[in-house]
Amino acid sequence: MSDKRFQGYRGAGKAVLERCGVGVWSEVDVESSSGRFTGLILPRSETSDDKHVVLKLENGYNVGIAADSISNITEHGRREAHYKIPEKEFPSDPAKPHVTLFGTGGTIASRLDYRTGAVIPAFSPGELYGSVPELADLCNLRTEKLYGVFSENMGPQQYIRLAESIGEEIAKGVDGIVIGHGTDTMHHTSAILTFMVQDSPIPIVMVGSQRSSDRPSSDAAINLINAVKTAAEGDIAEVVVCMFGPTSDQYCLLHRGTRVRKMHSSYRSTFRTIGDIPLAMVDQEKITHLRDDYKRRRSDRSVKINTAFDEMVTILYYYPGMRPDVLDAIVDKGYRGVVIAGTGLGHVNKLVYPALKRAVEKGVHIYMTVQTLWGYVQMYVYETGREIMELGVVPASNMLPEVAYMKLCWALGQTDDRDEVRRIMLTPIADETTEREPYNGYLIYQGAIPEVQEFLRTIKR
Amino acid sequence: MPFRFKPFHLMTPEDYAGIGFRCGLEVHRQLITRTKLFCRCPAGLYSKDYDAEILRHMRPTLSELGEYDGTALMEKKTRKNIYYRVHHGTVCTYEFDDTPPFFMADDALDAAIELALLLRLNLVSELHIARKQYLDGSIPTGFQRTTILGVNGWIPYKGRKIGIRQLGLEEDACREVSDIGHDRVYLTDRLGMPLVEPVTEPDMRTPQEAADVAQIIRKLCRSTGKVRTGIGTVRQDVNVSVKGGTRVEIKGVPQIWRIPRLVYSEARRQCALLYIRDELRRRGITPDSLKHRADEVTRIVAKTRYQPLRAAIGQGLRVKCVVLKGFAGLLNEETQEHTAFAKEFSDRVRVIACLTHLPNMVHSDTASESLYGRDWQKLGRRMSAGPNDALILVWGNEVDTETACQEVVIRAREAATGVPSDTRQALKDGTNGFERVLPGADRMYPDTDLPPLAIPQDRVERIRKRLPEFVWDREARYRAMGLSDEMVETLSLSPRVKLFSRLVDELGTDPTFAAVVTCQRMKAFRRSGLNPELLGDDEVVEVFKAYAHGRLAREGVVKVLRRTLETRTRQPDREVMVADVLQALNAKPLSDEEMAAHVKAAVDRLDDDRFSTLAQRHRHLMGVLMNDLAGRADGGRVAQMVAETLGGHGDCGASVEGRA
Repeated sequence: MSDKRFQGYRGAGKAVLERCGVGVWSEVDVESSSGRFTGLILPRSETSDDKHVVLKLENGYNVGIAADSISNITEHGRREAHYKIPEKEFPSDPAKPHVTLFGTGGTIASRLDYRTGAVIPAFSPGELYGSVPELADLCNLRTEKLYGVFSENMGPQQYIRLAESIGEEIAKGVDGIVIGHGTDTMHHTSAILTFMVQDSPIPIVMVGSQRSSDRPSSDAAINLINAVKTAAEGDIAEVVVCMFGPTSDQYCLLHRGTRVRKMHSSYRSTFRTIGDIPLAMVDQEKITHLRDDYKRRRSDRSVKINTAFDEMVTILYYYPGMRPDVLDAIVDKGYRGVVIAGTGLGHVNKLVYPALKRAVEKGVHIYMTVQTLWGYVQMYVYETGREIMELGVVPASNMLPEVAYMKLCWALGQTDDRDEVRRIMLTPIADETTEREPYNGYLIYQGAIPEVQEFLRTIKR
Repeated sequence: MPFRFKPFHLMTPEDYAGIGFRCGLEVHRQLITRTKLFCRCPAGLYSKDYDAEILRHMRPTLSELGEYDGTALMEKKTRKNIYYRVHHGTVCTYEFDDTPPFFMADDALDAAIELALLLRLNLVSELHIARKQYLDGSIPTGFQRTTILGVNGWIPYKGRKIGIRQLGLEEDACREVSDIGHDRVYLTDRLGMPLVEPVTEPDMRTPQEAADVAQIIRKLCRSTGKVRTGIGTVRQDVNVSVKGGTRVEIKGVPQIWRIPRLVYSEARRQCALLYIRDELRRRGITPDSLKHRADEVTRIVAKTRYQPLRAAIGQGLRVKCVVLKGFAGLLNEETQEHTAFAKEFSDRVRVIACLTHLPNMVHSDTASESLYGRDWQKLGRRMSAGPNDALILVWGNEVDTETACQEVVIRAREAATGVPSDTRQALKDGTNGFERVLPGADRMYPDTDLPPLAIPQDRVERIRKRLPEFVWDREARYRAMGLSDEMVETLSLSPRVKLFSRLVDELGTDPTFAAVVTCQRMKAFRRSGLNPELLGDDEVVEVFKAYAHGRLAREGVVKVLRRTLETRTRQPDREVMVADVLQALNAKPLSDEEMAAHVKAAVDRLDDDRFSTLAQRHRHLMGVLMNDLAGRADGGRVAQMVAETLGGHGDCGASVEGRA
């Protein structure tokens, strides 16, 4: 109780509150050496210093007053804030499809957390309906909060539970599944789900937002609406990522779960399909397919769930001058699989060769991917590549390093047989390796060249 | 009985006191900084040119305390497509909320602390950045990052204290290009510029006082030398209320001289709205008992002769009619000069329902100017309206007319309550129009992207040590020196005040002469294409020293400065020192004997036949002599000698004093 009264305050800040007999949510006058301040005492973020007391003034601004400048605080009332997204019962309409939204955390829906001063997620259907009422036009929504973690804290346990939960929902007969997820590792999760959940009859749509929903210009609502539309009405029965498409608020893109990657630390349009083109564009009006080689929605309820996973896999990001002891250490620590992100077509330096040889001899499975992200591993072009392959390193075609990592974890969870692992790794399940790269798969625009400037100029004019 | 307003110039302070007039100011002023407030884009670069466009939609979000803000909900209704024009030189990904904020610009914070001290505010010890929601799209993030540095200060005015509620430091917003229908377009160059915002208490008692106090704040800001000047760098928001009314904000007044008329007009509007409310009450209409009805009437008015309506129907648009029971006659009530109550409805329809093509409505109180009487009769029958009711027609697409009808009813209900809390735009004719619902404290949200920023005491003390003298003290001192009012005003805001003090205090220069050179001459240099900033204060002092020590005539001072600047501007590669110019000009003052010799020679050369009067002769001689002796002889002294030599009298002593 007393903790709550001084929520987040420590040291000098807490001492002055105690001395004056006030606490969090007290309406007060503060007398300090820089004058008088009137306001409401707010909780303090635990990561802030212990030298200030935070007041919300009548005008809505928050200010900090140095604890050691405060001579007295008098309380003249109490007013506790209840931060709550207005909750309205989500309407039910038997004619509309049923969608289940799994919450895993992230910034799709969030509220303020005074403990850390950051935003934390809030996710009930009522809350969602209160803030994004458009969802009710699309479906009947059920939500289930599996866990509330930031996406960097997702791991094998979460993947497994998520895959199993998806299987249960499919069995129950829902028409689509949406997974709210933090964006940082969304493409890791979309990859592993593609392997763990195969031949789903319904869309499994991952969605997040780059700007939290406490911002009026947030991409949370548009992403969520489009994801729910994809799950409810879409025909693509695969694991896809639905995220902001272009720079403007226009449409989202649907990316295949194994070919998508977060490519910018903060941009809204951060998710891009790598080495291929996206599956579709989606806005509030329609879903526009960009290709037709996708798995269609089915009415049956069968799905293959395989949650095998071995954590003893790592990614080794190669750099010039890398010494063999790095790899030796990995092997000595008992790792069973290594995905190398090599340079160019898939290379590492000669210095590492002995370590590669040793690793393979010790039974470690080593796969080569490329740091360039775009393009195939091709280890025949240069002698270096041939030498590396002779050491037992397997080229992983155009699989993205993170996807190769997830797949190797999944493969090693099933078998240790060298050939079987190789078969699993190199047999594509959903385009994690492709036979062809389309001419328009690789497009990184360079700003300022005339044709790109022309493209950027033409939203309205 | 409500107060009947007199014309603007006949209103007395007692009249304003009688209506319970209250008025306060919020002054937004750009700072001179290297970068914008939260990113590293260059500050103060403007361009209407643009390289790209970005489209955004805004959604309201909750405040920290879990409430939705009224303005936010209003903007949500407008369903605007917001287009931003982006120039690569002035905007980066931060302004579009695609990159988190960088730390606050130090030079901006220093300048704001300085102003906070001058406003005698209680300084806060830790800044918390807030996000203030703006759903009109004027900021692409949907919020403005803002913080306050202090509260409860004051400035002196007419022997009393005008309270300063707070000083804010915040980002500037976009410039609006157009707002037509559901499309609003903004230029983003100004976005993110640091602004200080002093907010006064509502302590001003008349519209003129509001302008006076705005002037004081302007001078105080400028006296720091750290605020930008010129068009668009400063905007005043004026808050007005009368007894029984409510706080209404007139937004973004660019020039101080406009304030009194705007404030008068708003006070008048509030009194008129209160009169209308009382009249409604007399008719038995309250917010709860208000009766209304809305319906589509496109077919009923299909054959109207009223052109705007015909055109709309021709384009396939719908016409809807709202009946306001018991409102007959009120829509023509004058609320501002040449402005009827009906405009309150038209404004809402324009802003919220986005029916921006004017006229966007007609009403039955203006029967003769719009539809024929028989059209109104048909409409009245269709809508079951009687002679005591008012009818309002709006036209547009289905959704917009629906919103428009709802807004008309909302505004009518507010009329039965009194004065709605609006943000209003200042119009050129001194009246104001609806801009949006006045936002409250509910639109504030802590910025979770930036940690609180402690302001160490030593930083404050460092700034306190070099605070400029209060501008009103400075002015009083200059006035005591005998400077003219105009000179006092110019000088007290001049960046060269320190130079002026050195000239007067250290060298004993005549204050007027020192002021003329440091302000007017410097300005004149700039006008003639020279850059006065190429002259350091020390150099100017050096020139004045030469004058003080008798090595340079008074007239030579400006000449040396000009010559130095000319050389530096036109031959930037050449290093030229003031001392060189002094020497080259050889502007050592002439002794009386030398001067007399020059005068005598000139008189001897004079062709007497050319001039019929003594005065003409005198004028000609002065012209010739001052040209020859410029910079080396005092004009007054030369005039005197010419007069003596010509044997003339006082009438020809044409003064050249001050022609320094």
